[in-house]
Amino acid sequence: MSPLEKIKNDIVESQVWKAIFRHGYDDTPRNRVMMVTSNVFLHLHPAKVRRHAVRMRFTWCMGGLTFLMFLMTAITGIYLMFYYRPVAEYAYADMKYLEFDMPFGMLMRNMHRWAAHAMIVFVWLHMFRVFLTGSYKPPREFNWIVGVLLLVLTLLLSFTGYLLPWDQLAIWAVTVGSNMARASPLLGYEGPFAEFVGVNPIYDARAFLFGGGEIGPHTLLRFYILHCIFIPLVASILMAVHFWRIRRDGFSGPSL
Amino acid sequence: MAESAQERKLPVDDKIHTWPHLVRMEFLVALFVLIGLTIWSLTIDAPLEEPANPTKTPNPSKAPWYFLGLQEMLVYFDPWHAGVVLPTLIIVGLVVIPFIDTNPKGNGYYCFKDRKWEILTFIFGFHILWVVTIIIGTFFRGPGWNLFWPWQFWDTHKVVALTNVDLPYLLGIRSYWVAAAFGLFAIGAYFIGWMGFFYWFVLKVKGKDFLERWGMVRFNITGVILAVMMSLPAKMFLRLAFNVKYILVTPWINI
Repeated sequence: MSPLEKIKNDIVESQVWKAIFRHGYDDTPRNRVMMVTSNVFLHLHPAKVRRHAVRMRFTWCMGGLTFLMFLMTAITGIYLMFYYRPVAEYAYADMKYLEFDMPFGMLMRNMHRWAAHAMIVFVWLHMFRVFLTGSYKPPREFNWIVGVLLLVLTLLLSFTGYLLPWDQLAIWAVTVGSNMARASPLLGYEGPFAEFVGVNPIYDARAFLFGGGEIGPHTLLRFYILHCIFIPLVASILMAVHFWRIRRDGFSGPSL
Repeated sequence: MAESAQERKLPVDDKIHTWPHLVRMEFLVALFVLIGLTIWSLTIDAPLEEPANPTKTPNPSKAPWYFLGLQEMLVYFDPWHAGVVLPTLIIVGLVVIPFIDTNPKGNGYYCFKDRKWEILTFIFGFHILWVVTIIIGTFFRGPGWNLFWPWQFWDTHKVVALTNVDLPYLLGIRSYWVAAAFGLFAIGAYFIGWMGFFYWFVLKVKGKDFLERWGMVRFNITGVILAVMMSLPAKMFLRLAFNVKYILVTPWINI
């Protein structure tokens, strides 16, 4: 046994190491299964998968990459949250501060934004792939519904984040995007039949979204909380359901 | 694919270990994508314009790019329809897909032949209606939401003649209530006509047995969703070809 192997052996056989990792490293079928089942993160996978389901030309890797982009936005987002205050007086100045003074501030902001855009493209392509392979067919109908909800949440996550830089692009894009709400039938003050319900500019669907009749500081705080806490929380719960269902039902594939 | 697998008599258990086969693939793909994302982020900065100013409306005001398909629909329908009803129906339409598509074939493998109409419908809705309208909204819309070529100068004073008229007016109906009644009739005729066409089409392509197995509930949900989906290109055609503004005009809603 070479010295290097001895050191490795000492580490891997130590009590501390064995307390953390419950599987060995020899390339045996048992260890391969243990690698997955005894690890809380890898445990998202089944221990074994159908051969065809691993191939990239089958999955396009799009579901996993959507999740990866979610993780990237979460990590970079936490970094940005240290320097950003969701207050109308400070928000824009904090953006400038973040871009010019913070170490890696600009890079973190860029990665956050581009990962968010990429996440939307990936989730659309993921849906397209799942449609093409008919993977929503029984018994996976419910997981398709969860996926549709996650698609909507992805768009909402990106949309609420769009306001936070508090620049011209932000407030006008969000204004245009939210004006739909005031046209909701019954619930928006410009929508059909609004006069029968009694909604008005400061008491309708859009005002509920904005926290007031117009986009203002209240909207910034509201969107910040939706963006950083509420929607990620709901999306995480739905993702857990989504992944768990895949694990339960297995990857779709032709019957043997 | 399913047949050929049986022909070749593959072993029943075609499973491989997740570790290392799948985990290795995920790791490598994640690595490459993260490298790409990092390079992209190092080269292209996220936009930051001047500070928010509620008194200074940019022209054009564009929604985030992924909603520009919805904003593009605002050209053809009123906000309550294009911004609320149609997006809701898009979501509903996506949700019902697994329940209206009862074709057992094509579950878990790529196959165009057995699911031709399903795949063509999805491609039409996703690639044509959704993606193309996003591209139009992103690259071909300028001040006043007028059409511009991407390389064309954005002339804020571009004069566009407002020649759109309502369909009943175009057909010579001048009475208010007759026009409303005609509009209602036209919309009803569109839906009934579409459902009739759809019935004939399903009967011709899939046959009577299929229709009986499919059931009236699935047939009606699918037909209505498709009718709503096709109403967008229909309205676009009426607008672009005949300058039709509304089909149905009432004191409460216009379509």
